[in-house]
Amino acid sequence: MIVLEKRPQPSRNWSIATPLIAVLATMFFGGVLFAVLGKNPVEAIRTIFWDPLFGEFAFYYRPQLLVKGAPLVLIAIGLSLGFRAGIWNIGAEGQYIMGAIVGAGVGLAFYPMDSIIVFPLMILGGAVGGWAWAMIPALLKVRFGTNEILVSLMLVYVAEQMLASMSLGLLKNPQGFGFPGSRNLNEYASATSWINQDVGMHWGVVFAFIAVIFAYVLLNRHMLGFHIRLTGEAPRAARFAGVKPARLILFCLGTSGALAGLAGLFEVAGPAGQITIDFNVGYGFTAIIVAFLGRLHPLGILLAGGLMALTYIGGEIAQSQLGLPAAAIQVFQGMLLFFLLALDILTNYRIRLRKSEVA
Amino acid sequence: MKLTTLLASAAMVLGLASGAMAQDKTKIGFVYVGPVGDGGWTYEHDKGRQAVVAEFGDKVETTYVESVPEGPDAERVMTQMALNGADLIFATSFGYMDQTINVAKKFPNVKFEHATGYKTAPNVSVYSARFYEGRAVQGHIAGSMTKSNVVGYIGSYPIPEVIRGINSAYIHAKKVNPDVQFKIVWAYTWFDPAKEADAAKVLIEQGADVILQHTDSTAPQAAAKAAGNVITFGQASDMSEYAPSPRVSSIIDNWAPYYIARTKAVMDGTWETVNTWDGIAEGMVGIGEITDAVPAEVKAEALALKEAIASGEHHPFTGPLNKQDGSAWLAEGETADDGTLAGMNFYVEGIEGDIPQ
Repeated sequence: MIVLEKRPQPSRNWSIATPLIAVLATMFFGGVLFAVLGKNPVEAIRTIFWDPLFGEFAFYYRPQLLVKGAPLVLIAIGLSLGFRAGIWNIGAEGQYIMGAIVGAGVGLAFYPMDSIIVFPLMILGGAVGGWAWAMIPALLKVRFGTNEILVSLMLVYVAEQMLASMSLGLLKNPQGFGFPGSRNLNEYASATSWINQDVGMHWGVVFAFIAVIFAYVLLNRHMLGFHIRLTGEAPRAARFAGVKPARLILFCLGTSGALAGLAGLFEVAGPAGQITIDFNVGYGFTAIIVAFLGRLHPLGILLAGGLMALTYIGGEIAQSQLGLPAAAIQVFQGMLLFFLLALDILTNYRIRLRKSEVA
Repeated sequence: MKLTTLLASAAMVLGLASGAMAQDKTKIGFVYVGPVGDGGWTYEHDKGRQAVVAEFGDKVETTYVESVPEGPDAERVMTQMALNGADLIFATSFGYMDQTINVAKKFPNVKFEHATGYKTAPNVSVYSARFYEGRAVQGHIAGSMTKSNVVGYIGSYPIPEVIRGINSAYIHAKKVNPDVQFKIVWAYTWFDPAKEADAAKVLIEQGADVILQHTDSTAPQAAAKAAGNVITFGQASDMSEYAPSPRVSSIIDNWAPYYIARTKAVMDGTWETVNTWDGIAEGMVGIGEITDAVPAEVKAEALALKEAIASGEHHPFTGPLNKQDGSAWLAEGETADDGTLAGMNFYVEGIEGDIPQ
């Protein structure tokens, strides 16, 4: 009989090994899925994981990995702080939208003024937009004890309506022939977040790396980081150590909101270029997977963000080259989270084989 | 020379020849906003792609990527198609406009075709269909058949194409039924069965017994069927699986002739930038079979209307028409010009509610 035995402490080795095993398991079962669909599984896996990095057109795809991965990492870093402390911000998608709206709004307010001050103000606007949106669930939780999971998630849908309203009204391009959507910020030199489009560098990529470093220092070298970890691992001990839960909630939700807002701002001022009704494509939700895949550890998140970006870009190549349906790629990405969570049990439990005893 | 060697060398020559021909294949990429199985918009574009394959066989090679979001992802997908040697790329949704222009700049030798947009370039053409002509026929049937005098309309996005359709349907419904009232719900999606079904249910609860949709899935048809006593129209595709009722007719987008013609133009080297806007007359807009659920006289009138539009005798936007705010738009007998239609951002007089701003 197989028995699960709780480990006295989560296994460190397994905690590092499970993401890798989950990736391998996803490759294997994904291959089986592709084979059932009548595609060569080896070729499909190679197209997804190898071609974007080392294939014929890698010169184009490698920079794209930065573009796709940066917002994921930036958002996931913010989320991981809260997740570690047991504060669940599920609404990063909404904060991402609000950051983009406020940031782009600041930029468009200055149009067509040419000044070095425009972009820094937009960055500030993006951070404030996301922060303010996250403060709603934070304050409600602190003041009335509401559930931040529900409130932050529901606010995503409110933000989507705001986005539609902005694309059709306040931020609509006055020279757009009545079509919804703002001016394209890529055509406004003072407001673009691109540094070098050919190598995929925009300020969002820079900020993503900075966020990783800051999160690492915070969690390992700073009292606040210690409190965050302590609250998640031992809430009772945290209270004895003098952690103020309200302050922690405001900090974690606020920081994750600000980072999600920044991600939105860099996206709208760079790769997306404009506020449109369909501006958000789910980075805020995918970042939750990235945060867990990266074990809520800053460096892990950096790697996980790259991996997710790889499956997106490789998945698109597989679609157009091999004719794999889009849904199969989504199933493939879903498998990744599934296996990760399923294998998590090995971190906290030990599997023992025991002979069944007669009661 | 022995016969076998002769055959072998002949086979080799043939083999080489076909190998050479394979390199001459015209490569065509399609970018879809929904899944090919949506049963509506994307489904019809994919039928157009299949028609190209059927027409040219081995001389073409088509690829497609489905469910591509309207944003930076579309740019990457098109770039990837161009890198892989595509000669012609069809971007089949309005929201791919800026991305198409961006990619086209980087690949001047690749031809691009953008559906329902308005930005052209030396290697970017735009094409669309005059769906509003089909909407006129739908409006006529809807106005004639509604008993509650409430017609529900599921809008996707408040862009000119959709507003044109609402206006056209309303004008023709009002003509046969002065008491008709339109209730409009904006779904803010092209394809989301759950949202579309919800929108249909809301409209039915508000008393609508006719549902018109400008979204791509069959979910509203299913919702109408479940409610009973509600009629619908197929959108973009025939959706005949819901005939004879609730689906009593449909607008069918027929892209195949255009796709074949443009592919041919690329093969012949005669491709040039065009701005195509075809309707019932050219066959780009088809009216699906009007079922027996529609009274015979209404059916006859609807078909007559279709003929009148096809022959150019009737323009769906013919004065006297006022804008919603009561200001004059078209005088008696005057017809709307294409420029106004292309950028239409107002309701005609009589429609209640505001276009989301």
